[in-house]
Amino acid sequence: MNEIIAIVQEYGQAYLWSDGYRLSGLAMTLWLLLLSIAIGFVMSVPLAVARVSSNRFISGPVWLYTYVFRGTPLYIQLLIIYSGIYSLESVRTQPLLDAFFREGFNCTLLAFALNTCAYTTEVFAGMIRETPHGEIEAARAYGMSRFTLYRRIILPSALRRALPSYSNEVILMLHSTSIAFTATVPDLLKVARDVNSATYASFEAFGIAAVLYASVVFALVWLFRRCERRWLAFLQPRAH
Amino acid sequence: MLQGYGPLIASGTWMTLQLALLALAAALLLGLLGASARLSASRLLQTLAAGYTTLIRSVPDLVTMLLLFYSLQIALNHLTDWAGLAQIDIDPFVAGVVTLGIIYGAYFTETFRGAFQAVPRGQLEAAVAYGMTPWQVFRRVLFPQMMRFALPGIGNNWQVMIKATALVSIIGLSDVVKATQDAGKSSLQLFFFSLVAAAIYLAITTVSTLLLAWLGRHYAAGVRKAEL
Repeated sequence: MNEIIAIVQEYGQAYLWSDGYRLSGLAMTLWLLLLSIAIGFVMSVPLAVARVSSNRFISGPVWLYTYVFRGTPLYIQLLIIYSGIYSLESVRTQPLLDAFFREGFNCTLLAFALNTCAYTTEVFAGMIRETPHGEIEAARAYGMSRFTLYRRIILPSALRRALPSYSNEVILMLHSTSIAFTATVPDLLKVARDVNSATYASFEAFGIAAVLYASVVFALVWLFRRCERRWLAFLQPRAH
Repeated sequence: MLQGYGPLIASGTWMTLQLALLALAAALLLGLLGASARLSASRLLQTLAAGYTTLIRSVPDLVTMLLLFYSLQIALNHLTDWAGLAQIDIDPFVAGVVTLGIIYGAYFTETFRGAFQAVPRGQLEAAVAYGMTPWQVFRRVLFPQMMRFALPGIGNNWQVMIKATALVSIIGLSDVVKATQDAGKSSLQLFFFSLVAAAIYLAITTVSTLLLAWLGRHYAAGVRKAEL
């Protein structure tokens, strides 16, 4: 117990938001999560629309992208982007690419965003396919163009119905952020590992990180429940 | 093509496969035990199993892995000190199997719990009425039907677990990730060998998908799907 108090006193700030001169710990983990989820979401909506296209030349490449990114571990994707790409001579001689791939944070964000986008695309595409046929027929009968059909009918309903699966994906992404330390990003697990090697109190060092991760998960679950109550009210079981 | 690193990578791949299969066996066993505990009449067992799955599923794999890896070693050191024995170092392979088994056991517990509950009660009552022993009820009636409901969940968990084996190289196992990174570093072709690692994983997940589809057809024999 005394060990935990001593660690919290000395490293509490590093665990939560700052190691003295830059963002670290929980704040870094949440920042990574927020950015990758936001980028992944913005890219996945158009990709999901392309994924359900009946034109093979449009849906095929998106299928290949999600197949490759969902079929390989995120850790390997990070290794390819962080150490793999930067080891290429042609990347290091290009000033712009060199500046981008030299930063562990940029590589991590790129890998995370590409990865979560692949999973999210499949979730959204699945929900678009499940849109009731009658709704689309009705929209066509009203003379809506394809764009209006997506904007007014398909996307609002599909994104709502995707909420439960999407919340799972966000929580899995939070869990995945813990590999960011392998690309030198000072996230929560990096702080825990540093504390572990400084104090040898492994159980306490990793235990504090585990408690913080679990708290974020519970907060996310609560947040998504509220979102579902608001946006999925029409699917709630109800008494007459 | 692999510039002489083929055998190294092959042995790494074999290590990863062994790790994944043994961890799968451990996780399936823990999952069945956990699901039985969650569905048992004992409040204590129910609470313990619920606590196990909630805790494990809310903490990232890698954090649980590092926590268990280091803490198990320290606990073992205390034990050997106390017994006056020499220090025993936990092998990364054993640690990987144990930690992956414990982590994915929690996911399998939830999968099996749902599947057990999906088997109609009347089936079990009928089996008891035929005079079957509890073990016969489990083996002949409950298990084959439960598997049909559990299979999609098992498949998902397996695919996630395969990808989680890549993390075990972080606690020092010479698996396919370690092998390809070593090959990449010494041949100065890190990009190419990382792609090789990705291709190997993609092959494993593709074969798994095909196998799971076959198993799904096997356990769905005699079930008529809704025609929409």
